[in-house]
Amino acid sequence: MVIVAEPKQVVAPGELLAEGDHLLGDNSFKVGTKIFSACIGIFEVDGNRVTVVPLKGGYFPRVGDLVGGRIVDVGLSGWTVDIRAPYEAMLPASETPGPRGPRRRDLSESFDVGDMVLSQVLAFDRTRDPLLTVKGPGLGKISTGRVVEISAAKIPRLIGRKGSMISMLKRETGCQITVGQNGVVMVWGKSPENERVAVEAIYMVEREAHTRGLTDRIREMIAKSNVVGEVARTQAA
Amino acid sequence: MSFTPQLPPVAKLEQKTVVDLVANGKRIDDRTADSYRPLHIQVGLIEKANGSAQVSLGKSKVLVGIKIETGTPFPDTPDEGVLTVNAELGPLASPLFETGPPSEQAIELARVIDRGIRESKAVDMKSLVLLKGKKVQVVFVDIYILDHDGNLIDAASIAALAALASAKLLKAELKGDEVVYKPGLHPLPLNNHPVAVTFAKVGKTIVVDPVLEEEQVMNARLTVTIEKNGNICAMQKGGLSGFTQDELKTVVHLAVQKAAENRAKILAAAKG
Amino acid sequence: MPEPKQPEKLIDDKGVRIDGRRLDQLRPIKLEVGILDKADGSAYIEQGKNKILVGVYGPREAHPKHIALPDRAVLRCRYRMAPFSVDERKNPAPSRREMELSKVIRESLESVVLTDLYPRTTIDVFIEVLQSDGGSRCAGITAASLALADAGIPMRELVAACAVGKIQGHIALDLSDAEDKYGEADLPVAWVPNANLVTLLQMDGILTTNEFEKGLTMALDACKTIHGMQQEALKKKYLVIKEVAEEREETEVVA
Repeated sequence: MVIVAEPKQVVAPGELLAEGDHLLGDNSFKVGTKIFSACIGIFEVDGNRVTVVPLKGGYFPRVGDLVGGRIVDVGLSGWTVDIRAPYEAMLPASETPGPRGPRRRDLSESFDVGDMVLSQVLAFDRTRDPLLTVKGPGLGKISTGRVVEISAAKIPRLIGRKGSMISMLKRETGCQITVGQNGVVMVWGKSPENERVAVEAIYMVEREAHTRGLTDRIREMIAKSNVVGEVARTQAA
Repeated sequence: MSFTPQLPPVAKLEQKTVVDLVANGKRIDDRTADSYRPLHIQVGLIEKANGSAQVSLGKSKVLVGIKIETGTPFPDTPDEGVLTVNAELGPLASPLFETGPPSEQAIELARVIDRGIRESKAVDMKSLVLLKGKKVQVVFVDIYILDHDGNLIDAASIAALAALASAKLLKAELKGDEVVYKPGLHPLPLNNHPVAVTFAKVGKTIVVDPVLEEEQVMNARLTVTIEKNGNICAMQKGGLSGFTQDELKTVVHLAVQKAAENRAKILAAAKG
Repeated sequence: MPEPKQPEKLIDDKGVRIDGRRLDQLRPIKLEVGILDKADGSAYIEQGKNKILVGVYGPREAHPKHIALPDRAVLRCRYRMAPFSVDERKNPAPSRREMELSKVIRESLESVVLTDLYPRTTIDVFIEVLQSDGGSRCAGITAASLALADAGIPMRELVAACAVGKIQGHIALDLSDAEDKYGEADLPVAWVPNANLVTLLQMDGILTTNEFEKGLTMALDACKTIHGMQQEALKKKYLVIKEVAEEREETEVVA
C-alpha cells in the first residue's frame, strides 16, 4: 500500500494517487492496483481510504438532503423544481403540509413559477428524477431575505467541521443562514447591510475553500465591515 | 452538433456472443480475423451515368454513380477540375437510417472516400480543364447505400474506384462560350487506385471488414486508405475508444496487403 | 482579405521552418482554465496563432428527451469556426468539415468521461475556434479536456492532442496553416496517457508506412508534453488563490 500523490495537495483527473489495497472514497477509481483521481480536487487520506474532495462540480441529489429550489412549472398534481442538479425535481402536491394538501386549482396559489422553495429530497435513484417534500419544520416558500447560489462542492467547507464555519458566520453577521446541500444558501439579516456582509463572506468561502487561514480571514473581513453581530436564534436547519 | 448515438437494438447476450467468438479467434460468420467477406463487383449498370459500380460485400450493398458535368473551378485552383463526393445513407438500407439531410455518418463516409481519391491524385484534375479559371469538368461521385450490413466505408471505396476505373466520357472542348462534345467515349484518366481497408477493435482483438454485429459491439474502428504504391493516403479513426501505438503499426501493414488484394479484384471487374 | 502567398520554401537549408521552428518543435502554447462565467466549465488555448475557446455545460437534463440514454450521459460536441477565424471569411452555416470534426472530436473524448454516473443527461462541449492556424481540432481537444475537468465532471484522465505532418519530405511537428496547405501530409492525433490509447487519428496526404510510424511517435511525445501543461494549467488557478490567500498556519482543510 503506497501513497503516491501528496495528501492535502491539488490533484488533477488521471493523476496517480496510490497503489494497493486502499478503500476508494469519492472521486477516485481503480485500474488494476492503481488508484487515480477522477477530478480536480484536494487529495485526502483517511486511514485506509483515499478520497478526492472536488474543487468544482455540480450538485448530485441524495435522499435526505436539504435543497433550495426554484419552481419552474406548475402541473396538475405538483410542481417541477430546478434544484441545480442534472435532473429536474418533482414536488407532488401530496408532499405539502395540511390535511390533504392544496386542491388542484390552488396549486399556483401555494407555489407559483419563480418562487423559491426550501425542500428535502424524499427519493432519488438512477431510473427517475428526484422527488421532494416540504413537509417538515422550516420547509416551504422563501419570501424574504437573500438567496445565494454557490458551487455545491463548497458546501462542506461553508458548514465547516462540526458546523464551525457556519456558526461563526451566523454569529458574526447577525444573520440566520440556511444552507442547502445543492449550493443554494438562504440569508436573513436584521438589516440589508448585515445580509450583504454575510453574502460576501459566503462567496469568499466559495472562492478560497481550499486554502488555510480562511476562518480567520473571514472573521477579519466581517469585523472591518462594522455590522453588529449577535447570537443567532437556534433553528432547526 | 455531434452526440453519442443511441445503442443499437441488440440483446446483451448476442453482443457477448460476438465478443467471445472474436476473442477465441472465430467470428460470427466463421471468418478469420484478417479476411474479407465475399466481394462482388459489377460495373456499368447505370447507362445514363458516366460510370457506375455496384458492390456486394457480404450482405452490404453499395451503388456508386459517376456523373461528369461542366462547371466553374474553385478560385484557388483555376487550373484544376472539380471532384465532389457525396453519400446517402437512406432509410432503404437500414431501419437505423432516417430521411433528411446527410447525417454525420454519411458526411464522414463521403469525406473519407473523397480524401482517398483526392490525396492519391487518382483523378487527373488538370485534364479536366476546358478554359483555365473559367470552365472545367466536375466529377460527381455519388455513393448510394442500398443495404447496411457493416463496413459501408470499404464497400463504398471499392464501388467508387470501380466506377471511376470504368467511367467513360466524351472529349469536351470550349468553342467560344459553348461546350462542345466530340463523338467517341474515352476512359476517365486515372493516375492512382486508392482502396480503403477498415478494421474494428472488438474487445482486444482487431478484425478486418467488420460485419454489422461486430460494428455494434466494437470499441473503435480504423480506416486506412492505401494508394497503388503501398503508401497511406488517408486514415480515419472512429468509435468511442481507441488504439495503442502497436495496434496501429500492425493494422497499417495489414492494410497494405489487403488493399492490394482488393485492388486487383476492382481493376479486373472494371475492365470486364 | 487576400490569401497569403505561397511561401517559397517551407524549410530552409538549415532546417528552420518559416516561423523559425525546428522540425520537432511545438508552437508556443498558452492554456487558461475557468475563464467563462456562465458555462459550468471552460478553457482557452492559444497554440501558434490558434485561439480557441471551449465551454462545457452539464451534466444536465437531456433535451430533447429522445436522445437520452438510460444508463449513461450523452456526450454532445460542437466544433465551430467563427466566420472571421480564417483568411477568407467562412460562411457561418455549419459546414460538412465542421460536422465531421465535431464527430471525431466527440469520439476522442468519449472514453475518458465517466458517463455512467449520470444516466439520462447530456454533457455539452462547445468548441469555438476564434482564430484558426492549423491543428485547430487538436488544440480544441486539448482545451475541451480542461473545460470538462473545470466543470467538475468526473473523468479518467485528460486527453492531449497534437498533429504532425510532412513538409518538403520531412516529418514535422505541429503544422501551421501554411505548412498544412502546402505540405505533403497532415496527421492529427489525440492520446490518453494512462490507458495509452490513441483516441483521434486522421490522415490526409501521402505517407509511407515508415513515415507514419515516425510521425506517430513524434506526435505521441508531443502529447505527453502537452498533457503536462494541461495538468499545470488546471492546478494553477487554485494554487494562485492559495498563495494569495494564505497568510498563516490554520486548521486543516475540512473535507
